[in-house]
Amino acid sequence: MANYSTNEFRSGLKLMLDGDPCSILENEFVKPGKGQAFSRVKLRNLKSGRVLEKTFKSGESLEGADVIDMDMQYLYEDGDFWYFMEPDTFEQHQASEQAVGEALKWLREQDVCVVTLYNGAPLSVVPPNHVELEIVETDPGLRGDTAQGGSKPAKLVTGAVVKVPLFLDQGDVIKVDTRTGEYQGRVKE
Amino acid sequence: MADHWQPGIDPSSVRYRSELLQSLRSFFQQRQVIEVDVPVLARSTVTDINIESINSVVSGNSGYLQTSPEYFMKRLLAAGSGDIFCLGKAFRDAESGRRHNPEFTLLEWYRCGWDEHQLMAEVAELISQLANVGADSQLAVTKLSYGECFKSVLGVDPHSVELAVLQKMAVDVSSESWAQESRANCLDLLFSLSVEPQLPNGLVFIYDYPACQAALAQLHLNVQGQSVSRRFEAFFNSMELANGYMELTDAAQQRQRLEKEVEQRSAQNKPAVVIDEKLMAALDSGLPPCAGVALGVDRLLMQLLGTDSIDQVMAFSWQRC
Repeated sequence: MANYSTNEFRSGLKLMLDGDPCSILENEFVKPGKGQAFSRVKLRNLKSGRVLEKTFKSGESLEGADVIDMDMQYLYEDGDFWYFMEPDTFEQHQASEQAVGEALKWLREQDVCVVTLYNGAPLSVVPPNHVELEIVETDPGLRGDTAQGGSKPAKLVTGAVVKVPLFLDQGDVIKVDTRTGEYQGRVKE
Repeated sequence: MADHWQPGIDPSSVRYRSELLQSLRSFFQQRQVIEVDVPVLARSTVTDINIESINSVVSGNSGYLQTSPEYFMKRLLAAGSGDIFCLGKAFRDAESGRRHNPEFTLLEWYRCGWDEHQLMAEVAELISQLANVGADSQLAVTKLSYGECFKSVLGVDPHSVELAVLQKMAVDVSSESWAQESRANCLDLLFSLSVEPQLPNGLVFIYDYPACQAALAQLHLNVQGQSVSRRFEAFFNSMELANGYMELTDAAQQRQRLEKEVEQRSAQNKPAVVIDEKLMAALDSGLPPCAGVALGVDRLLMQLLGTDSIDQVMAFSWQRC
Protein backbone atom coordinates (compact mmCIF):
# COMPACT_ATOMS: atom_id res chain seq x y z
CA MET A 1 0.00 0.00 0.00
CA ALA A 2 0.99 3.60 -0.55
CA ASN A 3 2.25 5.76 2.28
CA TYR A 4 0.34 8.86 3.26
CA SER A 5 2.02 12.00 4.56
CA THR A 6 0.36 14.11 7.29
CA ASN A 7 -0.61 16.74 4.70
CA GLU A 8 -2.75 14.09 2.97
CA PHE A 9 -4.50 13.12 6.21
CA ARG A 10 -8.25 13.68 6.03
CA SER A 11 -11.25 12.11 7.66
CA GLY A 12 -12.10 8.73 6.21
CA LEU A 13 -8.50 7.88 5.24
CA LYS A 14 -7.58 4.32 6.30
CA LEU A 15 -4.11 3.83 7.75
CA MET A 16 -2.08 1.16 9.51
CA LEU A 17 -1.17 2.03 13.08
CA ASP A 18 0.67 -0.40 15.37
CA GLY A 19 -0.32 -3.24 13.05
CA ASP A 20 -4.04 -2.49 13.04
CA PRO A 21 -6.15 -0.81 10.34
CA CYS A 22 -7.52 2.53 11.50
CA SER A 23 -9.78 5.16 10.01
CA ILE A 24 -9.13 8.88 10.53
CA LEU A 25 -12.08 10.60 12.23
CA GLU A 26 -10.53 14.06 12.64
CA ASN A 27 -7.25 15.66 11.67
CA GLU A 28 -6.18 18.98 13.14
CA PHE A 29 -3.17 20.93 11.90
CA VAL A 30 -1.36 22.49 14.87
CA LYS A 31 1.59 24.85 14.61
CA PRO A 32 2.97 27.30 17.11
CA GLY A 33 4.06 30.41 15.18
CA LYS A 34 7.77 29.71 15.51
CA GLY A 35 7.50 26.01 16.23
CA GLN A 36 7.34 22.64 14.59
CA ALA A 37 4.05 21.81 12.87
CA PHE A 38 2.19 18.68 13.79
CA SER A 39 -1.01 16.82 13.10
CA ARG A 40 -3.30 15.87 15.90
CA VAL A 41 -5.30 12.92 14.68
CA LYS A 42 -8.30 11.12 16.10
CA LEU A 43 -8.56 7.59 14.71
CA ARG A 44 -10.84 4.63 15.09
CA ASN A 45 -9.18 1.23 15.31
CA LEU A 46 -11.29 -0.73 12.83
CA LYS A 47 -10.63 -4.03 14.59
CA SER A 48 -11.47 -3.05 18.15
CA GLY A 49 -13.67 -0.04 17.42
CA ARG A 50 -11.66 1.96 19.97
CA VAL A 51 -11.04 5.63 19.32
CA LEU A 52 -7.50 6.88 19.94
CA GLU A 53 -5.62 10.16 19.60
CA LYS A 54 -2.13 10.44 18.16
CA THR A 55 0.11 13.37 17.31
CA PHE A 56 2.48 13.18 14.35
CA LYS A 57 5.12 15.59 13.17
CA SER A 58 4.26 17.27 9.89
CA GLY A 59 5.80 15.34 7.04
CA GLU A 60 5.70 11.99 8.83
CA SER A 61 3.91 9.32 6.89
CA LEU A 62 1.96 6.18 7.65
CA GLU A 63 1.25 3.14 5.53
CA GLY A 64 -2.20 3.03 4.00
CA ALA A 65 -4.44 0.18 5.11
CA ASP A 66 -5.89 -2.16 2.50
CA VAL A 67 -9.40 -1.42 3.64
CA ILE A 68 -12.40 -0.87 1.41
CA ASP A 69 -16.08 -0.44 2.12
CA MET A 70 -18.33 -2.34 -0.25
CA ASP A 71 -22.09 -2.77 -0.60
CA MET A 72 -22.89 -6.46 -0.34
CA GLN A 73 -26.01 -8.54 -0.11
CA TYR A 74 -26.45 -10.67 2.98
CA LEU A 75 -27.18 -14.27 1.93
CA TYR A 76 -27.38 -16.65 4.89
CA GLU A 77 -25.55 -17.98 7.93
CA ASP A 78 -24.47 -21.53 8.69
CA GLY A 79 -23.94 -21.27 12.43
CA ASP A 80 -20.24 -20.43 12.12
CA PHE A 81 -20.15 -17.75 9.46
CA TRP A 82 -22.35 -15.16 7.83
CA TYR A 83 -22.20 -15.00 4.04
CA PHE A 84 -22.25 -11.86 1.92
CA MET A 85 -22.16 -11.46 -1.85
CA GLU A 86 -20.76 -8.73 -4.09
CA PRO A 87 -23.70 -7.81 -6.33
CA ASP A 88 -21.58 -7.29 -9.45
CA THR A 89 -19.26 -10.27 -9.38
CA PHE A 90 -21.39 -12.62 -7.24
CA GLU A 91 -18.23 -13.26 -5.27
CA GLN A 92 -19.05 -14.48 -1.78
CA HIS A 93 -17.34 -13.56 1.48
CA GLN A 94 -17.68 -15.26 4.84
CA ALA A 95 -17.72 -13.02 7.90
CA SER A 96 -16.95 -14.19 11.43
CA GLU A 97 -19.25 -13.44 14.35
CA GLN A 98 -16.75 -10.83 15.53
CA ALA A 99 -16.85 -9.08 12.16
CA VAL A 100 -20.65 -9.12 12.02
CA GLY A 101 -20.83 -7.86 15.60
CA GLU A 102 -23.83 -5.72 16.46
CA ALA A 103 -25.14 -5.95 12.89
CA LEU A 104 -26.19 -9.50 13.73
CA LYS A 105 -29.50 -8.50 15.26
CA TRP A 106 -30.65 -6.58 12.17
CA LEU A 107 -29.56 -8.89 9.36
CA ARG A 108 -32.28 -10.12 7.07
CA GLU A 109 -31.51 -12.16 4.00
CA GLN A 110 -31.31 -10.11 0.79
CA ASP A 111 -30.62 -6.84 2.63
CA VAL A 112 -27.69 -4.81 1.33
CA CYS A 113 -25.08 -4.01 3.98
CA VAL A 114 -21.78 -2.15 3.93
CA VAL A 115 -19.03 -4.73 4.43
CA THR A 116 -15.57 -3.43 5.25
CA LEU A 117 -12.89 -5.65 3.75
CA TYR A 118 -9.38 -5.67 5.24
CA ASN A 119 -6.83 -7.47 3.09
CA GLY A 120 -9.81 -8.95 1.27
CA ALA A 121 -11.59 -10.40 4.34
CA PRO A 122 -14.64 -8.93 6.10
CA LEU A 123 -13.57 -6.82 9.07
CA SER A 124 -16.92 -5.29 9.98
CA VAL A 125 -20.49 -5.10 8.77
CA VAL A 126 -22.81 -2.11 8.90
CA PRO A 127 -26.48 -2.92 8.36
CA PRO A 128 -28.74 -0.61 6.32
CA ASN A 129 -29.70 2.52 8.31
CA HIS A 130 -33.34 1.47 8.19
CA VAL A 131 -34.70 -2.06 8.16
CA GLU A 132 -38.24 -3.40 7.98
CA LEU A 133 -38.76 -6.37 10.26
CA GLU A 134 -41.71 -8.42 11.51
CA ILE A 135 -42.66 -8.59 15.17
CA VAL A 136 -42.62 -12.21 16.31
CA GLU A 137 -43.32 -11.73 19.99
CA THR A 138 -44.99 -8.97 22.01
CA ASP A 139 -47.84 -8.41 24.46
CA PRO A 140 -51.25 -8.27 22.77
CA GLY A 141 -52.00 -4.94 21.16
CA LEU A 142 -54.30 -2.44 22.83
CA ARG A 143 -56.51 -1.23 19.99
CA GLY A 144 -57.79 2.30 20.24
CA ASP A 145 -54.86 3.28 22.39
CA THR A 146 -52.96 4.91 19.56
CA ALA A 147 -53.17 8.36 21.05
CA GLN A 148 -51.74 7.36 24.40
CA GLY A 149 -48.04 7.34 25.03
CA GLY A 150 -46.29 4.34 26.44
CA SER A 151 -44.39 1.51 24.89
CA LYS A 152 -43.63 -2.17 25.29
CA PRO A 153 -40.82 -4.46 24.18
CA ALA A 154 -41.25 -6.38 20.94
CA LYS A 155 -39.03 -9.16 19.66
CA LEU A 156 -38.34 -9.02 15.93
CA VAL A 157 -37.80 -11.85 13.50
CA THR A 158 -34.02 -11.28 13.61
CA GLY A 159 -33.93 -11.52 17.40
CA ALA A 160 -33.60 -7.80 18.12
CA VAL A 161 -35.83 -6.38 20.83
CA VAL A 162 -37.11 -2.84 20.33
CA LYS A 163 -39.57 -0.62 22.15
CA VAL A 164 -42.79 -0.19 20.19
CA PRO A 165 -46.10 1.62 20.80
CA LEU A 166 -48.76 -0.32 22.67
CA PHE A 167 -51.12 -0.78 19.69
CA LEU A 168 -48.77 -3.00 17.70
CA ASP A 169 -49.22 -6.76 17.48
CA GLN A 170 -47.36 -9.88 16.61
CA GLY A 171 -47.20 -10.12 12.80
CA ASP A 172 -46.95 -6.37 12.28
CA VAL A 173 -43.99 -5.18 10.25
CA ILE A 174 -42.15 -2.17 11.59
CA LYS A 175 -39.39 0.12 10.39
CA VAL A 176 -36.39 0.48 12.73
CA ASP A 177 -33.38 2.80 12.67
CA THR A 178 -30.44 0.43 13.16
CA ARG A 179 -28.11 3.21 14.32
CA THR A 180 -30.24 3.98 17.36
CA GLY A 181 -32.32 0.81 17.61
CA GLU A 182 -35.43 3.00 17.67
CA TYR A 183 -38.85 2.26 16.25
CA GLN A 184 -39.63 4.52 13.29
CA GLY A 185 -43.12 3.48 12.26
CA ARG A 186 -45.40 0.70 11.19
CA VAL A 187 -45.11 -0.55 7.62
CA LYS A 188 -48.49 -1.02 5.97
CA GLU A 189 -48.51 -4.30 4.07
CA MET B 1 -14.26 23.01 -6.46
CA ALA B 2 -16.84 24.89 -8.46
CA ASP B 3 -19.37 24.86 -5.63
CA HIS B 4 -16.92 26.86 -3.53
CA TRP B 5 -17.40 30.11 -5.43
CA GLN B 6 -18.90 31.82 -2.38
CA PRO B 7 -16.80 33.64 0.21
CA GLY B 8 -16.13 31.89 3.53
CA ILE B 9 -16.97 34.98 5.55
CA ASP B 10 -20.60 35.65 6.35
CA PRO B 11 -21.83 38.78 4.49
CA SER B 12 -22.68 40.47 7.79
CA SER B 13 -19.10 39.94 8.98
CA VAL B 14 -17.57 41.59 5.92
CA ARG B 15 -18.45 44.98 7.42
CA TYR B 16 -17.11 43.88 10.82
CA ARG B 17 -13.80 42.93 9.24
CA SER B 18 -13.59 46.25 7.43
CA GLU B 19 -14.34 48.17 10.64
CA LEU B 20 -11.75 46.19 12.53
CA LEU B 21 -9.03 47.10 10.01
CA GLN B 22 -10.01 50.76 10.35
CA SER B 23 -10.00 50.52 14.16
CA LEU B 24 -6.50 49.06 14.11
CA ARG B 25 -5.26 51.90 11.93
CA SER B 26 -6.86 54.61 14.03
CA PHE B 27 -5.50 53.08 17.25
CA PHE B 28 -1.97 53.62 15.97
CA GLN B 29 -2.70 56.96 14.32
CA GLN B 30 -3.86 58.30 17.68
CA ARG B 31 -0.56 57.15 19.17
CA GLN B 32 1.62 58.68 16.46
CA VAL B 33 2.76 55.30 15.20
CA ILE B 34 3.32 55.55 11.43
CA GLU B 35 1.91 53.04 9.01
CA VAL B 36 4.48 51.57 6.63
CA ASP B 37 3.81 49.65 3.51
CA VAL B 38 6.65 47.20 2.88
CA PRO B 39 7.11 44.62 0.10
CA VAL B 40 5.50 41.20 0.31
CA LEU B 41 7.70 39.97 -2.53
CA ALA B 42 11.46 40.05 -1.99
CA ARG B 43 14.77 38.50 -3.06
CA SER B 44 15.50 36.98 0.36
CA THR B 45 13.58 35.49 3.22
CA VAL B 46 13.81 34.14 6.78
CA THR B 47 15.99 31.22 7.82
CA ASP B 48 13.62 30.02 10.60
CA ILE B 49 13.72 26.24 10.88
CA ASN B 50 9.96 25.92 11.16
CA ILE B 51 8.80 28.58 8.72
CA GLU B 52 8.77 27.84 4.99
CA SER B 53 8.49 30.63 2.45
CA ILE B 54 6.56 30.42 -0.79
CA ASN B 55 8.91 30.72 -3.75
CA SER B 56 8.30 32.86 -6.73
CA VAL B 57 10.12 33.75 -9.94
CA VAL B 58 10.59 37.42 -10.81
CA SER B 59 12.07 38.19 -14.22
CA GLY B 60 13.89 34.89 -14.10
CA ASN B 61 15.26 35.47 -10.60
CA SER B 62 14.04 33.66 -7.53
CA GLY B 63 11.92 35.60 -5.08
CA TYR B 64 9.98 34.85 -1.93
CA LEU B 65 6.63 35.91 -0.59
CA GLN B 66 7.42 37.36 2.83
CA THR B 67 6.52 35.39 5.97
CA SER B 68 6.28 38.66 7.92
CA PRO B 69 7.25 42.32 7.39
CA GLU B 70 9.86 42.06 10.15
CA TYR B 71 13.09 42.41 8.15
CA PHE B 72 11.88 45.36 6.11
CA MET B 73 10.54 47.05 9.23
CA LYS B 74 13.85 46.56 11.02
CA ARG B 75 15.65 48.14 8.08
CA LEU B 76 13.30 51.13 8.37
CA LEU B 77 13.93 51.30 12.13
CA ALA B 78 17.68 51.19 11.55
CA ALA B 79 17.24 54.04 9.07
CA GLY B 80 15.56 56.11 11.78
CA SER B 81 11.85 55.69 11.06
CA GLY B 82 10.78 55.79 14.70
CA ASP B 83 7.65 53.92 15.84
CA ILE B 84 6.01 52.08 12.93
CA PHE B 85 3.26 49.59 12.21
CA CYS B 86 2.41 47.47 9.20
CA LEU B 87 -0.98 45.95 8.46
CA GLY B 88 -0.74 43.63 5.51
CA LYS B 89 -0.44 40.16 4.10
CA ALA B 90 2.08 37.51 5.05
CA PHE B 91 2.58 34.07 3.51
CA ARG B 92 3.73 30.76 4.94
CA ASP B 93 3.93 27.56 2.98
CA ALA B 94 2.38 24.28 4.16
CA GLU B 95 0.28 25.96 6.83
CA SER B 96 -3.33 25.13 6.36
CA GLY B 97 -5.93 24.15 8.90
CA ARG B 98 -8.61 25.41 11.22
CA ARG B 99 -6.32 28.21 12.48
CA HIS B 100 -3.97 28.53 9.50
CA ASN B 101 -4.11 29.74 5.94
CA PRO B 102 -1.04 30.06 3.68
CA GLU B 103 -1.91 33.75 3.14
CA PHE B 104 -3.01 35.72 6.18
CA THR B 105 -3.26 39.23 7.54
CA LEU B 106 -0.62 40.28 10.01
CA LEU B 107 -0.39 43.39 12.18
CA GLU B 108 3.16 44.10 13.25
CA TRP B 109 4.48 47.08 15.17
CA TYR B 110 7.63 48.37 16.83
CA ARG B 111 8.07 50.74 19.73
CA CYS B 112 11.44 52.43 20.10
CA GLY B 113 12.81 52.67 23.62
CA TRP B 114 10.14 50.34 25.02
CA ASP B 115 10.62 46.94 26.59
CA GLU B 116 8.48 43.84 26.08
CA HIS B 117 6.35 44.48 29.17
CA GLN B 118 5.37 47.97 27.99
CA LEU B 119 4.49 46.44 24.64
CA MET B 120 2.37 43.72 26.27
CA ALA B 121 0.45 46.49 28.04
CA GLU B 122 -0.20 48.15 24.68
CA VAL B 123 -1.38 44.85 23.14
CA ALA B 124 -3.79 44.53 26.08
CA GLU B 125 -5.10 48.08 25.54
CA LEU B 126 -5.64 47.40 21.85
CA ILE B 127 -7.48 44.12 22.40
CA SER B 128 -9.57 45.55 25.24
CA GLN B 129 -10.73 48.40 22.99
CA LEU B 130 -11.60 46.04 20.16
CA ALA B 131 -13.29 43.45 22.34
CA ASN B 132 -15.63 46.32 23.16
CA VAL B 133 -16.40 45.10 26.64
CA GLY B 134 -18.65 47.40 28.62
CA ALA B 135 -17.46 49.71 31.40
CA ASP B 136 -18.56 47.23 34.06
CA SER B 137 -17.01 44.12 32.50
CA GLN B 138 -13.35 44.26 31.61
CA LEU B 139 -11.47 41.90 29.35
CA ALA B 140 -9.61 39.49 31.62
CA VAL B 141 -5.86 39.98 31.17
CA THR B 142 -3.39 37.55 32.76
CA LYS B 143 0.41 37.65 32.72
CA LEU B 144 2.45 34.55 33.46
CA SER B 145 6.05 33.60 32.90
CA TYR B 146 6.57 30.60 30.62
CA GLY B 147 8.37 28.80 33.44
CA GLU B 148 5.66 29.14 36.09
CA CYS B 149 2.91 28.39 33.60
CA PHE B 150 4.60 25.25 32.24
CA LYS B 151 5.50 24.01 35.71
CA SER B 152 2.02 24.51 37.12
CA VAL B 153 0.51 22.25 34.44
CA LEU B 154 3.29 19.73 33.79
CA GLY B 155 5.17 19.72 37.09
CA VAL B 156 8.65 20.34 35.71
CA ASP B 157 10.75 23.46 35.18
CA PRO B 158 11.04 23.85 31.39
CA HIS B 159 14.32 25.76 31.65
CA SER B 160 16.22 23.22 33.73
CA VAL B 161 14.58 19.84 33.04
CA GLU B 162 16.77 17.33 31.21
CA LEU B 163 16.08 16.78 27.53
CA ALA B 164 15.52 13.03 28.03
CA VAL B 165 12.71 13.77 30.48
CA LEU B 166 11.09 16.21 28.04
CA GLN B 167 11.33 13.65 25.24
CA LYS B 168 9.66 11.01 27.39
CA MET B 169 6.87 13.47 28.28
CA ALA B 170 6.48 14.34 24.59
CA VAL B 171 6.21 10.66 23.61
CA ASP B 172 3.60 10.13 26.32
CA VAL B 173 1.29 12.82 24.90
CA SER B 174 1.89 12.02 21.23
CA SER B 175 3.72 9.12 19.64
CA GLU B 176 7.09 7.33 19.57
CA SER B 177 8.31 9.59 16.81
CA TRP B 178 9.10 12.34 19.33
CA ALA B 179 11.72 10.28 21.20
CA GLN B 180 14.64 12.06 19.47
CA GLU B 181 13.19 15.54 19.08
CA SER B 182 14.99 18.74 20.03
CA ARG B 183 14.35 20.59 23.25
CA ALA B 184 12.53 23.39 21.42
CA ASN B 185 10.23 20.98 19.58
CA CYS B 186 9.39 18.97 22.71
CA LEU B 187 8.61 22.17 24.61
CA ASP B 188 6.38 23.41 21.77
CA LEU B 189 4.51 20.12 21.61
CA LEU B 190 3.94 19.96 25.37
CA PHE B 191 2.96 23.61 25.55
CA SER B 192 0.50 23.27 22.64
CA LEU B 193 -1.11 20.02 23.75
CA SER B 194 -1.04 20.28 27.52
CA VAL B 195 -0.59 23.90 28.62
CA GLU B 196 -2.56 25.91 26.03
CA PRO B 197 -5.91 24.21 26.75
CA GLN B 198 -5.44 25.06 30.46
CA LEU B 199 -4.84 28.78 29.92
CA PRO B 200 -7.45 31.08 31.45
CA ASN B 201 -9.99 32.71 29.14
CA GLY B 202 -9.48 36.25 27.93
CA LEU B 203 -6.08 37.60 27.04
CA VAL B 204 -3.05 35.77 28.45
CA PHE B 205 0.56 36.91 28.08
CA ILE B 206 3.28 34.31 28.46
CA TYR B 207 6.72 35.91 28.78
CA ASP B 208 10.34 34.84 29.35
CA TYR B 209 10.30 32.05 26.76
CA PRO B 210 12.99 29.36 26.92
CA ALA B 211 16.40 30.46 25.64
CA CYS B 212 16.26 27.79 22.92
CA GLN B 213 13.18 29.54 21.49
CA ALA B 214 14.62 33.05 21.53
CA ALA B 215 14.32 33.59 17.76
CA LEU B 216 15.09 37.33 17.38
CA ALA B 217 14.70 38.26 21.03
CA GLN B 218 17.34 39.26 23.54
CA LEU B 219 18.34 36.90 26.33
CA HIS B 220 18.37 37.84 30.00
CA LEU B 221 18.28 36.19 33.41
CA ASN B 222 14.89 35.56 34.99
CA VAL B 223 14.18 35.97 38.71
CA GLN B 224 15.52 32.43 39.33
CA GLY B 225 18.76 33.38 37.59
CA GLN B 226 18.09 31.20 34.54
CA SER B 227 18.90 32.36 31.03
CA VAL B 228 15.61 32.97 29.21
CA SER B 229 14.58 34.95 26.17
CA ARG B 230 12.79 38.28 26.28
CA ARG B 231 10.10 36.88 24.03
CA PHE B 232 6.37 36.81 24.78
CA GLU B 233 3.29 35.39 23.22
CA ALA B 234 -0.30 36.50 23.63
CA PHE B 235 -3.12 33.95 23.75
CA PHE B 236 -6.73 34.97 23.33
CA ASN B 237 -9.13 32.38 24.75
CA SER B 238 -6.33 29.78 24.52
CA MET B 239 -5.53 30.57 20.90
CA GLU B 240 -2.06 31.83 19.97
CA LEU B 241 -2.58 35.42 18.80
CA ALA B 242 0.68 37.38 18.91
CA ASN B 243 4.42 36.93 19.28
CA GLY B 244 6.70 39.71 20.51
CA TYR B 245 10.31 40.42 21.40
CA MET B 246 12.58 42.76 23.17
CA GLU B 247 14.50 42.91 19.92
CA LEU B 248 18.02 41.62 19.69
CA THR B 249 20.14 44.53 18.45
CA ASP B 250 23.54 42.80 18.67
CA ALA B 251 24.41 42.13 15.04
CA ALA B 252 27.12 39.55 15.78
CA GLN B 253 24.84 37.53 18.03
CA GLN B 254 22.05 37.74 15.46
CA ARG B 255 24.36 36.46 12.74
CA GLN B 256 25.36 33.49 14.90
CA ARG B 257 21.72 32.55 15.40
CA LEU B 258 20.88 32.81 11.71
CA GLU B 259 23.97 30.79 10.75
CA LYS B 260 22.91 28.09 13.18
CA GLU B 261 19.49 28.00 11.53
CA VAL B 262 21.07 27.68 8.09
CA GLU B 263 23.09 24.69 9.39
CA GLN B 264 20.02 23.10 10.97
CA ARG B 265 18.12 23.52 7.72
CA SER B 266 20.84 21.68 5.87
CA ALA B 267 21.02 18.91 8.52
CA GLN B 268 17.25 18.41 8.31
CA ASN B 269 17.18 18.43 4.50
CA LYS B 270 15.02 21.54 4.45
CA PRO B 271 15.21 24.00 1.55
CA ALA B 272 18.39 26.06 1.81
CA VAL B 273 17.94 29.77 2.58
CA VAL B 274 20.67 32.40 2.35
CA ILE B 275 20.97 34.91 5.19
CA ASP B 276 19.49 38.29 4.29
CA GLU B 277 22.62 40.42 4.14
CA LYS B 278 20.64 43.64 3.80
CA LEU B 279 19.08 42.94 7.20
CA MET B 280 22.51 42.12 8.62
CA ALA B 281 23.94 45.36 7.24
CA ALA B 282 21.08 47.30 8.81
CA LEU B 283 21.79 45.64 12.19
CA ASP B 284 25.49 46.41 11.76
CA SER B 285 24.66 50.06 11.22
CA GLY B 286 22.56 49.97 14.39
CA LEU B 287 19.00 48.98 15.28
CA PRO B 288 17.62 51.32 17.96
CA PRO B 289 16.57 49.60 21.20
CA CYS B 290 12.97 48.56 20.58
CA ALA B 291 10.26 46.03 21.25
CA GLY B 292 8.13 44.56 18.46
CA VAL B 293 5.13 42.30 18.12
CA ALA B 294 3.22 40.57 15.32
CA LEU B 295 -0.46 39.79 15.74
CA GLY B 296 -2.64 37.53 13.59
CA VAL B 297 -5.59 39.66 12.50
CA ASP B 298 -7.64 36.74 11.16
CA ARG B 299 -7.31 34.93 14.47
CA LEU B 300 -8.29 38.08 16.32
CA LEU B 301 -11.43 38.16 14.17
CA MET B 302 -12.08 34.49 14.93
CA GLN B 303 -12.16 35.30 18.63
CA LEU B 304 -14.15 38.53 18.28
CA LEU B 305 -16.72 36.86 16.04
CA GLY B 306 -16.65 33.55 17.88
CA THR B 307 -15.98 31.39 14.83
CA ASP B 308 -14.25 28.02 14.79
CA SER B 309 -12.43 28.31 11.52
CA ILE B 310 -10.18 30.87 9.85
CA ASP B 311 -12.12 30.19 6.65
CA GLN B 312 -15.11 31.93 8.25
CA VAL B 313 -13.32 35.26 8.74
CA MET B 314 -11.62 35.51 5.34
CA ALA B 315 -13.24 36.39 2.06
CA PHE B 316 -11.52 33.51 0.30
CA SER B 317 -9.29 31.09 2.16
CA TRP B 318 -6.92 28.91 0.14
CA GLN B 319 -9.50 26.16 -0.32
CA ARG B 320 -11.74 28.70 -2.09
CA CYS B 321 -9.06 30.36 -4.19
